[in-house]
Amino acid sequence: MKLRTLTLGLLSASALAFAAHAESITIATVNNGDMVRMQKLTDDFTKANPDIQLNWVTLEENVLRERVTTDIATKGGQYDVMTIGTYEVPIWAKQSWLLPLDKLGDDYDVKDIIPAIAGGLSVDGKLYAAPFYGESSFVMYRKDLMEKAGLKMPDAPTWDFIKQAADKMTDRANGVNGVCLRGKAGWGENMAFLTAMSNSFGARWFDENWKPQFDQPEWKNTLQFYVDLMKADGPEGASSNGFNENLALFQQGKCGMWIDATVAASFVSDPKASKVADKVGYALAPDTGLGKRGNWLWAWSLAVPAGTKKADAAEKFVSWATSKHYAELVASKEGWANVPPGTRSSLYANPEYQKAAPFAKMTLDSINAADPTHPTVKPVPYVGVQFVAIPEFQGLGTTVGQLFSAALAGQSSVDDALKQAQDAATAAMTEGGYIK
Amino acid sequence: MARAVTTQHKTIATAAAWIVALLIFFPILYTIITSFKSEQEAIQGFALIPSGTTESYAEVQAQSGYFKFFLNSVILSVGSTVLALLIAVPAAWSMAFSPTKRTKDILMWMLSTKMMPAVAVLFPIYLIFRDGGLLDSRIGLTVMLMLINLPIVVWMLYTYFREIPGEILEAARMDGASLWNEIIYVLTPMAVPGIASTMLLNIILAWNEAFWTIRLTTTDAAPLTAFISSFSSPQGLFWAKLSAASTLAIAPILIMGWFSQKQLVRGLTFGAVK
Repeated sequence: MKLRTLTLGLLSASALAFAAHAESITIATVNNGDMVRMQKLTDDFTKANPDIQLNWVTLEENVLRERVTTDIATKGGQYDVMTIGTYEVPIWAKQSWLLPLDKLGDDYDVKDIIPAIAGGLSVDGKLYAAPFYGESSFVMYRKDLMEKAGLKMPDAPTWDFIKQAADKMTDRANGVNGVCLRGKAGWGENMAFLTAMSNSFGARWFDENWKPQFDQPEWKNTLQFYVDLMKADGPEGASSNGFNENLALFQQGKCGMWIDATVAASFVSDPKASKVADKVGYALAPDTGLGKRGNWLWAWSLAVPAGTKKADAAEKFVSWATSKHYAELVASKEGWANVPPGTRSSLYANPEYQKAAPFAKMTLDSINAADPTHPTVKPVPYVGVQFVAIPEFQGLGTTVGQLFSAALAGQSSVDDALKQAQDAATAAMTEGGYIK
Repeated sequence: MARAVTTQHKTIATAAAWIVALLIFFPILYTIITSFKSEQEAIQGFALIPSGTTESYAEVQAQSGYFKFFLNSVILSVGSTVLALLIAVPAAWSMAFSPTKRTKDILMWMLSTKMMPAVAVLFPIYLIFRDGGLLDSRIGLTVMLMLINLPIVVWMLYTYFREIPGEILEAARMDGASLWNEIIYVLTPMAVPGIASTMLLNIILAWNEAFWTIRLTTTDAAPLTAFISSFSSPQGLFWAKLSAASTLAIAPILIMGWFSQKQLVRGLTFGAVK
């Protein structure tokens, strides 16, 4: 009897060991520098966890979004870890598509995650995704041109100052545009910028009853200011410029100012890629004195879908990839400047990081200046700074983005664009059952 | 005088053909040129002379190995083509040589399935694949690609078969050939150019198919389309790497097309001139 129990025990133990040994988890991710770097550093994880094998699926952002949404909505179970943004997390967590991350380990130090970011990734106080990389947006400007214009950029400029500086810096004969801003249509393109900008003008997408607000003066002020500014001081063909196009313009010295993602700082200050690397200054995104600045908040985060059968291994990986230990690992292999930014307060308190990344303080201040749970001056029923975290937003945001892009291109007037945006939003909200 | 005009016409026609060919080929050529640039060069604007660096190729290979994706592409495109031919040859045969009142309707119906946007059936297909355990499997994707291209294969073969005089088949039957012998020994040899070009075209279509191959795979069955897709990004510099990945992905099919272009053109114009 004893022998039998022992044999059975041994058998099941070895079966378990075999099962554990064979465990492999599939991670869906985007193609950005930090993610590519992580794939190179996974030896550190597999050495500590020899029973877990990692499979990577890298996809373009929009394809990834569509793939993981299909998979999670059908419980296809193709992925064990998903890279998703601050837009998806609140929506998916409410649908019970994600597992709450409550087993990240004792030394993980959840409280170290920057509060603004943690707020965007939590629902009802529970963390549903761990941030791997966080960003806000800020002003990057040419110190030399600013000096030439006889101005000094304050740490926290107003939109009026930006307009004044842009007017003075613009020198079209020499190919210098005072300001470069996004114009390409898309909810994550021009609408990310314009929604964040509108927050600082006191505008909001919806009132407390989900009534669209494009017919209000705040939106008119935002869009009119943007179109006038770009017409006077923006580059030619701005309505088709996104992040990459503006990056190229700025690196070639064709922009006096550029307001975009904080991650761009590492590109424009890289002497290998940028002609103006040693002339770039940074400032917080502008405001109009209403208490909100025009900067956004985004975090690429790792989440575990509810359909996975390997939740423990998946969470172990998430914990490793977003830990303090991982930051140290990157620093030891590739230097502090390459540590993924914007997730942990401890990184910004680290003197070595401050030395390696001169834009560190401004990045942290920008992230802290955004509050996804209270994004606007007036109250709103939604979460999200540069987006509205509802499933309808991707489609609606892109439609409105096209209307605003057309206004920038001069194909329609600001008033027409706003009126059509109001109609489109009202239709979408009525169809979605938000407006009864 | 007449001769001079003809020569002039010929020169103009040749020049026009070259211009059109260059216009069509230019995007591919520029992709290849860009793949030999550094990322900074690639984003700096239009330039036809690259610095000749191969760093993008090295990075692409280091980031995700090419060979596994290549192998999947070969298996999927050849597998789906062979499977499609196995089904389409008998189907086209019956429709070409024993047509009924409804044959035209059936052909139209088959073609009409190509007119629906693929995304409309994404969820049903995804659910079927999920329940059948076919997600990220080569078998599932081979069948899928076969189904997508089947209407085109049937149509092409049907057109070719119609060009073959039915009397020859009747003669074979008179000599006592069975149905299979008739198809294998009489029909197929006569339709070889048509079948070959159908096969080539179908391999190209399957090789380039990017909707289902990206959406129904993750790692094990992912072909070169997924490989390309992994190098695109809305933020950051990636054009040179993306070009290198694209060049690697299209190279095999481009070379194959080059060598078989005679066959391909002959098959495509087969029966056009009578």
